Amino acid sequence: MALPSYATPLDRAWYYSYRVLCGLIFAFLVIPILVIIPLSFNSEPYFTYPMPGFSLRWYEEFFNSPQWLLGLKNSIIVGIFATLVASVLGTLAALGLNRAEFPGKPLIMGVLISPIIVPIVITAAGMFYFYSRLGLTGTLAGLVFAHATIGVPFVIITVSATLAGFDNNLVRAGASLGAGPVKTFFKITMPLILPGIVSGGLFAFITSWDELVIAIFLAGTEEHTLPRRMWSGIRELLSPTIMAVATLLILTSIALMVVMELLRRRTERLRGIRV
Amino acid sequence: MASTAETDVMMAADGVPLKIKLRRAERMRKIWALGLIAPLFIFIVGGFIVPIISLMTLSVEDPELNEALPRTAEIFSQWDGEGYPSEEAMLVFAEELSTADRGEFGRVSKRLNYDISGFKSMLKATARASDELTLLPADQILQGFIDIDDDWEDQAYWRAIKGASSAYSDYYMLWAVDLKRDGETGEIISVDEGRAVYVEVLIRTIEISFAVTILCFLMGLPIAYLLATLPTAKSNLLLILVLLPFWTSLLVRTTSWLVLLQNEGLVNDLGIWIGLWNEPLELVRNRLGVYIAMTHILLPFMVLPMFSVMKSINPWHMRAAASLGAPGWKAFLKVYMPQCMPGVGAGTLLVFILSLGYYITPALVGGPDDQMISYWIVQNMGRNANWGLGAALSLILLVLTMVMFFIYNRFVGIDNLKVN
Repeated sequence: MALPSYATPLDRAWYYSYRVLCGLIFAFLVIPILVIIPLSFNSEPYFTYPMPGFSLRWYEEFFNSPQWLLGLKNSIIVGIFATLVASVLGTLAALGLNRAEFPGKPLIMGVLISPIIVPIVITAAGMFYFYSRLGLTGTLAGLVFAHATIGVPFVIITVSATLAGFDNNLVRAGASLGAGPVKTFFKITMPLILPGIVSGGLFAFITSWDELVIAIFLAGTEEHTLPRRMWSGIRELLSPTIMAVATLLILTSIALMVVMELLRRRTERLRGIRV
Repeated sequence: MASTAETDVMMAADGVPLKIKLRRAERMRKIWALGLIAPLFIFIVGGFIVPIISLMTLSVEDPELNEALPRTAEIFSQWDGEGYPSEEAMLVFAEELSTADRGEFGRVSKRLNYDISGFKSMLKATARASDELTLLPADQILQGFIDIDDDWEDQAYWRAIKGASSAYSDYYMLWAVDLKRDGETGEIISVDEGRAVYVEVLIRTIEISFAVTILCFLMGLPIAYLLATLPTAKSNLLLILVLLPFWTSLLVRTTSWLVLLQNEGLVNDLGIWIGLWNEPLELVRNRLGVYIAMTHILLPFMVLPMFSVMKSINPWHMRAAASLGAPGWKAFLKVYMPQCMPGVGAGTLLVFILSLGYYITPALVGGPDDQMISYWIVQNMGRNANWGLGAALSLILLVLTMVMFFIYNRFVGIDNLKVN
């Protein structure tokens, strides 16, 4: 929507002020995230610019703190296992939902998606109430199951979306050539829907990686995750080490975002070739 | 294939009529499909739906007295609440107090203390002397109670015990909306001024969600329109600026705002340096901080659905309107906006629904008067260990969210829940 040559001065003024407005909103969106990164390299424990000097001391502090490292380790373990559970169960269910029509399908879909509808505080309280009877509170296994539960809807949504564009005749062709259901799945279906599974899995991972409220309820003081440790840190004292952790979390998010974007481009390219 | 039909019924290769064969295959497909769904379904129902339902049932339960002093509960529930309970009832009460399990006794005294503060210590003193009470003759038992603590003369205490005697009650549900049952008449009345908090919290929750939704809409509309009308290469680049906050952890973004908005934070430094204000402004630990941070966090949820709808609107419609003489703003309002209503609806409803359940952000950047309903759920289930009230508040939040989602589903369709 470039400005046409016949634009009046008023049009021009409106056009530029609109652009400036948009620029300000974009700045509002990203600056708060970016501003935290340089602060983590500050040589002094203050949060003001200009910074007196550059230093890695807060990262050093992070990597020398058994507390923070335990949180990092637990977050990675919980994230990976929750993603595995959510991806496997979610993909199977999406395949089933795609396979046949049957009564009550919208209801089943609603039940499977429900973990993203229910407010997180209620989910966390319900799981705490349930897991405390099973002795799963304060354990990593409890966190894995809880995080898998809230990650599953993302897997179902993305894999279902991929399956909607999937040509079932390919499976029939495979079957007519003598391949059984297991073989057609691994040789035909799986490679084609893999981008959907991976992006659903990435969503599940980032959900677990950033999740805090369930961790507040379920994780004990021993088995805390990175966000849980950060939460207690913020409430005690806003130290620059927290800025360093925040920077690491932002970098993880950017990395995942890039992977998602590449996956999306790849799918678009493949679709482009097929047409 | 030799599947020729001798009659007019089509046969498969093995001689079974094709119709039956097809039906069998169809049934197998369904069984397969259900088999694939079953593991997740069991996982979600068993590990999520059932726990939440059982949590919700706590809001209508009132089990402490029944568990700790079952005979007392039974005999008090038969008392009509006039005057004092019968001497027999008092005797049963005294007997059960002397034999009550410590843990159960602790829970029941905590429960009765909700009704009248000070009940807990009074009950403790009474329990300590309960052995002697049981030895008293029937006509002296009330005096025996009064000798331990004068307050037993006040019938309100006896009625509180009666009020807690039923295993199921509306006690916590009423409490969650600042109501209670009057001890004498059983009518529903408002709680005392000082204890009324939760209606205000509920109104505040809706108010904050509403304000954040409006702010997100006002900020989301211009940039969604810009993204939708720019050439793809440029808009893809700008889209990253929306996706970056979308992908960044909520806790990180809240922390950023805490750093930016504090008294010696960057926003105050900048404002003073430019000369917009002279003294550091209070920008955080108040409502302003909550609005700023929540708007920032939820803005992508507004922009992305609006953008995806706007992208599908034919730009020629606006030119057509202009060629017919409509000024830019009129063409936008009359031609463009009606077409992007699905996106606007999806964005605003989504932001509103997500706001309702916010806990972390208001807890960190808000003050004591800016906490939303989730905060009180956590407080009651955590520090106060008042699960009944926590469950009642949860039920209110859940119902509110479900109603909004029902509207969302009607309007947008839950399958279109935008995740990327």
